[in-house]
Amino acid sequence: MTAPRSIELICPAGTPAALRGAVEAGAHAVYCGFNDETNARNFPGLNFSREEMAEAIKFAHNHGAKVLVALNTFPRAGTFWRWSKAVDDCARFGADAVILADLGLLDYAARRDCGLRLHLSVQAAAANADAINFYARTFGVKRVVLPRVLTVQEIAAINREIDAETEVFIFGGLCVMAEGRCSLSSYATGKSPNMNGACSPASHVEYREAGGHLVSRLGGFAINRVAAGQPAPYPTLCKGVFEAGDYKGHVFEDPVSLDAAALIPQLNEAGVTALKIEGRQRSRAYTEAVVRSFRRALDDHAAGRPIAAGDLRALTEGQQTTSGAYRKTWR
Amino acid sequence: MAESNFDLTLGPLQFNWPAQKFVDFYAAVADEAPVDRVVIGELVCSKRAPFYADRLPEAIERLERGGKQVLLGSLALVTLERERRAARETFDQTAHEVEINDLTLMNWVRGDKPFSVGPLVNVYNEATLAFLAGRGARRVCLPPELPFASVETIAKASRDIGVGIEVWAYGRMPLAISGRCYHARARGLSKDSCQFVCDKDPDGLPTKTLDGVEFLAINGVQTLSFKYANLILDLDRLADAGVAGLRLSPHSGDFIAVAKAFAGVCEGRISPQEGLFRLRRAAPQAEFTDGFLFGDCGAAPLPAF
Repeated sequence: MTAPRSIELICPAGTPAALRGAVEAGAHAVYCGFNDETNARNFPGLNFSREEMAEAIKFAHNHGAKVLVALNTFPRAGTFWRWSKAVDDCARFGADAVILADLGLLDYAARRDCGLRLHLSVQAAAANADAINFYARTFGVKRVVLPRVLTVQEIAAINREIDAETEVFIFGGLCVMAEGRCSLSSYATGKSPNMNGACSPASHVEYREAGGHLVSRLGGFAINRVAAGQPAPYPTLCKGVFEAGDYKGHVFEDPVSLDAAALIPQLNEAGVTALKIEGRQRSRAYTEAVVRSFRRALDDHAAGRPIAAGDLRALTEGQQTTSGAYRKTWR
Repeated sequence: MAESNFDLTLGPLQFNWPAQKFVDFYAAVADEAPVDRVVIGELVCSKRAPFYADRLPEAIERLERGGKQVLLGSLALVTLERERRAARETFDQTAHEVEINDLTLMNWVRGDKPFSVGPLVNVYNEATLAFLAGRGARRVCLPPELPFASVETIAKASRDIGVGIEVWAYGRMPLAISGRCYHARARGLSKDSCQFVCDKDPDGLPTKTLDGVEFLAINGVQTLSFKYANLILDLDRLADAGVAGLRLSPHSGDFIAVAKAFAGVCEGRISPQEGLFRLRRAAPQAEFTDGFLFGDCGAAPLPAF
């Protein structure tokens, strides 16, 4: 085996405090968004004002970390200016990259030629080398966040064929659908990740007790049922319990989250440049703990030490975890 | 309603039908369905394609004899080596216009050969439309989730750049695509050993909530709406907005009647209400919606009239 290349750790920040926490805990880069519908985690009380973003970038740079700004929703027709202005502001603030998904916005950013590094969001779902090369050639995209539909072997094959860096999700929430190509949430609620930056939004969630059970609903559709008194899972649509023919259960995915820490060596071998932690909606304490743990794992790996197992289990809050599509049997 | 100039496009079959049913369906469309354009080819799962690949030429030839413009549609999610090869061949080895459903195919578009863009490509705004038009797109079917205000804005922009805008007017709507096969999962199988169980459900496998409410329909790696989009009551508004085409997505049952109902309303021969009545008769099991365009959410029921 060749000596491990160094891997970048990309950490989420939903607030300026979480950003500072992530940087202090050892993040190589932090990704975050503005407090509007230009980013795919547009939740109440989260994200950065223009002023906060400018300060956060200064803080990160002073501590040797990068800031990647996610502008990864699809601009609403007639209000494209809101997204193009966000690109302009990122350039002005000295962001290290913008993470984009929309063809029109990529075209705008590439033409504007303002020196901003362009990353392709997972929301663009570029799932093979040809698609990635199209974005790299056409817009000068330097890095691609890979959709969560690929095995480690497929990721390695992609890296042999492309002229861009790859970034993959390593920990946190898990989409089971190709991201950016899912309108399940807007079918049930009218709010979509692509347009509004929110999946299964809390504004459409309802918990109601009936017949000794607590039923959680999304947009009026029953998504989960537990015995009264038991903790009710948040009704994320694709983690719900449904009935399909003779099958009754988690038709799409169990209520699991992604933990691919054990695959760090293989992902490194596969030529991945950066590992991404999901969870801009999480607290500062959570973010810090996850970042610290992953930074230690990466440092151990880089030094040729085995990666300590089990360290991260406490952070999944008792949830089951999966390595998702990285292993072929998941499909 | 007054006569309107919509083209009718038959979208690619989303389901896994036996080869003979596939051929018979397109023969009937060729001979009897009043549609202008037909998109044909595997959209959902490349494992299904070999079952009917050798029957495609006869289906295409029959459609062209019936006066339809035939387009080859691409796969929605290209990951495997053979899928990439097939995507490239779709462009390089055909005289037909291609409808792309994955941006992988943007690698193979050439300025001298116009192409169409299917509803699984994210065209959410006029800037994306302009980019694609600049690369040779001349027809774009918008994603079903777009609200009417977006359709209006995009259709307005399309007039100046010579692109026709189409909307998903009939049939179960594609809501998601995955690396995982849910048909296989529901039967305790995996995608690689799926035994092609999706062929048991010619219109997808209805998926109910815990309350027994019909909600979604599983179709292999694809998830569809349980409800059928149905814009037959909305054609005036769509015409006013400058929409050029209506997409009808194939289902089992009397699909020729579905196409005739839309054509009848477009040509002003029957009322929208009569059209809806005929659609209900053609698909008695279907629940209809125009919610993404005009309602609070994609599953909102058709308003009573």
